[in-house]
Amino acid sequence: MKAIGIILAGGNNNRLGELTKTRAVSAIPVGSCFRCLDFPLSNLSNSGIGKVAVLTQYNARSLQDHLSSSKWWNFGRKYGGLFVFSPYLSDDNSYWFRGTADSIYQNITYLRRSKEEYVIITSGDAVYKADFNELIESHEKSGADVTIVYKEAAPGLDLRDFGILTLGEDDSVIDLEEKPLEPQSNLISLGIYVIKRTLLMDLVTKTISEGNYDLVKDIFIRYRRRLKIHGYRFDGYWNAVKSVKDYFDINMDFLRADIRRMFTQEQPYIETKPKDEPPAKYNANADVADCLVGSGSIINGNVFHSVLFRRVYVGDGSSVRDSVIMEGSRVGNHCVLENVILDKFVVISDGKRLVGSPENPIIISKGATV
Amino acid sequence: MLKKEILAMLLAGGQGSRLGVLTATKAKPAVPFGGKYRIIDFALSNCVNSGIDTVGVLTQYQPLLLNQHIGIGIPWDLDRRNGGVTVLSPHVKGDSGEWYMGTANAIFHNIDYIDNVDPEYIVILSGDHIYKMDYSKMLAFHKDKKADATIAVLEVPLIEAPRFGIMNCDEEDRIYEFEEKPQEPKSNLASMGIYIFNWDILREMLIKDRGVHPDSDFGKHIIPMMIAKSRPLYAYRFSGYWKDVGTIESYWSANMELVRAVPEFNLYEDFWQIYTDSFNQPPIYTGPNADTRTSLLSEGCEVYGTVINSVLGTDVYVGEGTIIKDSIIMSNTSIGQNCDIYRCVIDEHVKIGDGVKMGTGENVPNEDKPHVYDCGITAVGVYSEIPQNVNIGKNCVIYGRTSCEHYNDDNCLPSGKSIYLESEGAV
Repeated sequence: MKAIGIILAGGNNNRLGELTKTRAVSAIPVGSCFRCLDFPLSNLSNSGIGKVAVLTQYNARSLQDHLSSSKWWNFGRKYGGLFVFSPYLSDDNSYWFRGTADSIYQNITYLRRSKEEYVIITSGDAVYKADFNELIESHEKSGADVTIVYKEAAPGLDLRDFGILTLGEDDSVIDLEEKPLEPQSNLISLGIYVIKRTLLMDLVTKTISEGNYDLVKDIFIRYRRRLKIHGYRFDGYWNAVKSVKDYFDINMDFLRADIRRMFTQEQPYIETKPKDEPPAKYNANADVADCLVGSGSIINGNVFHSVLFRRVYVGDGSSVRDSVIMEGSRVGNHCVLENVILDKFVVISDGKRLVGSPENPIIISKGATV
Repeated sequence: MLKKEILAMLLAGGQGSRLGVLTATKAKPAVPFGGKYRIIDFALSNCVNSGIDTVGVLTQYQPLLLNQHIGIGIPWDLDRRNGGVTVLSPHVKGDSGEWYMGTANAIFHNIDYIDNVDPEYIVILSGDHIYKMDYSKMLAFHKDKKADATIAVLEVPLIEAPRFGIMNCDEEDRIYEFEEKPQEPKSNLASMGIYIFNWDILREMLIKDRGVHPDSDFGKHIIPMMIAKSRPLYAYRFSGYWKDVGTIESYWSANMELVRAVPEFNLYEDFWQIYTDSFNQPPIYTGPNADTRTSLLSEGCEVYGTVINSVLGTDVYVGEGTIIKDSIIMSNTSIGQNCDIYRCVIDEHVKIGDGVKMGTGENVPNEDKPHVYDCGITAVGVYSEIPQNVNIGKNCVIYGRTSCEHYNDDNCLPSGKSIYLESEGAV
C-alpha cells in the first residue's frame, strides 16, 4: 500500500442548524441509506487504502456509533484498519483540536508508526466517488510536494465558501486563497490532498510550534511559494454539505438515474453500515412516483419527488412532495408535506400540514412530535 | 474450543424437488423468500436471536450458493473466534467417502465436529421452513422436563394430520408413540422436524443405529428407537407461523401473504429481526410513471412500470409500461418495457426482453411434470433469457438463454409447454 488516509470529520457548520445539533456534519444521513462519511471512507477503502484515521471532535458520538464496526468498509484487518481519534487529555496536552493541522499533530503517532509513503487527506462532509490511485499516480508524475484536488465550480456557486486555486502551466498552483471575497478563478479546492507522510509530519510539527493550527491557511497557503503544489482536476460529481439548501439538493440529486447509479449500481460501491430491514412495503392505496424509498418503509399515501430513508411510515391519505424524510420518521394519516426535511424519528400527527419552499425547507428536528 | 451449552445442527442438504426449476442449481434452503431473504435465513436468524452462537450447517445438494451466502457468517454475527458457523459437507474418511444418507446419518458423520464443540445439548433444525421461534424457550422446557429428547410440535387441523409425522402424547406431553403420516391420526400434534437432544444420549443412539440403518433418520429410526426404550421424550408445543414451502404453489402463496396489510408472518418486528447477506443496500427507486401497490420491493429495485400484488427481490429492474401482477421476481432480474407478467415465479439473474407476455391462456398442467406445475404458475429458471415480444402461457417452464427460434411460429410458448436449454440436474 502506497498511502494511508486521514478524514477530517471534526468540524461543525452553523449553517446546517438543527441538522447538526446532535450529530457531526460527516454523520449526516444522505441519499436514503448513507451517511456523508461513507463516501470518503468507501473511496479510500475502494482505492486499496487499508489504514485510515477519522479525526472527530464535534458531536463525535454520532460518528462513533456509525463506525462501531469497521468491517463494512473492508477494514478490521491485522495490518492497518480504521482508527477513530477524538481529543484526549494527556500529560503534555489538554487542548481540544485547535484546528485541522492541530488535529493531525495531536495524532502524529499515527503518522509516525505508518510506513506508507503518502497520506491522503480528505474532508468528511462531501458526497463524491473517486479513485485515489489515479491521484497518487498524478502526484508522483508531477513530482509535487502537495497535490490539491480541484473542480471547476458550477455557475452560480458561491465561491466565497471555498478555497480558490489559481493555476499556471501543467496544473501547478500559483496562488491559493481561502474563502476570498474576490475570487481570482472558479477553480475550487475539494479539500482532498496528497502529501508525503514525512513532509506532513515536519510541516505540522513546525506549524504548531509557531502557534498556528490550520492546515490550509497556516501550511498550504503560507508555504505556497516554498512548496511545489499541484492541482489535480476532478470532473465527477462532487458536492459538499455546507448549508441546508446544499443538503436538500444533494438528496434530490439521488433521484437522477445517472448520479444514483454511479454511487449504488456501478462498482465499486459506496458502502455503509448495513441494517437488516425488511423490503419496503407499498400498500393498496400507495402512489409513489419519482421517489427513493429505504428498506423497511411502509407507504400508504402519495409520495412524489422525495427521498425517504429506512423505516419511514406514510399514513393513509397523506401527500408528501419534494421532501426529505430521514430514518424511522412517521407521517400520520391525511397530512400534507411539501419542501420539508424531517430528521430521524419525527412523528407527524394526523392531519398536519407543513409547507416550506425549495429555498427554505421546513426542518423538523430529531425525535420531535408535530 | 470453549465448551458450549448448546449447538445447532442445521440440515440444509435437501433438494426440494417439487420446487422444480427453482432448485435446479441451488438447494431448497438457498431459494429466495420474501424478496431479499433466502429460506435458510429464518432458521439461522432464529439461532442467533435465541442466543445460539455455534451452528453447523450440513450441505449436500448444490451447495455452492449456500456456501457463498453463508460465507463466514457475517450477516448473522456468526463470524466468531469461538464457535460461529461451520459449513459441513459430506467427506471422504479413510479410504471411503459417504454421502449423507439420512437426517440422523448426516449428524453421525459429523460426530467429530460436535465432540470438538462438546455441547451439553444439541438442537437439530431444518433449513427448509419459514418461522420465528425462540429455541431457548424450548431448551428451558427440555431441561425442566428432564427429557432425553424434545420434539417441537404444531397443532394442525386433524384433517391435515395424515400429511405429517404425528406425536401421540400423554397429558404431561410425554410422547408414547410416533406415527409417520397416519391414515387415522390419534392426535393433531405434527412434528416440525426440530429436535433437542442431550448430546451424550444422541451420540450413543447414532452410533447404535448406524449399524442397523445406513440411511438413519430421526423420524423413522432414532425417535421410534428411543420411544421403544421408554426414554423420556417430550413434545414442545409451538404456536405461531410455521410454513414448509415445499411446492411451487405453497411457495407462491406464502410469498403473496406477505403483501397483505397485516400479514400473519410479520417481518417488521424489531425484537426478532431476520438477517441476510445484504452488503450493498441502495434504496428503491420508483419512476415518475411508476405504480407500485400491495407489493414488497427490496433494496436497489428500479421500477418504471406497474407492480401490483407482487414480491420483488433486490436490484430488480422493471421497464416503463410493464405490468407485473401476482408474481415473484427474484434478485438481479431485469424486465424490459411493455411486458405483461401475470402469476409467474422468475428466478434470479433473468433477462426478459420488451413486450413479453407471460401467464396468459388456458390453465393446462405442464406436460413434462404435471405434478410440479399445475396451479397456473409459470416458472423461469436462474440466468434465463427471454427474447422480446414472445407470448408464454400458464404452467410453462423456461430454463436457459432462449431466443426466438425456441418458440413456435407465432412467437408463442403455449400453456403447459417447457423449454429446457440447461440440464435441470436431478429434477
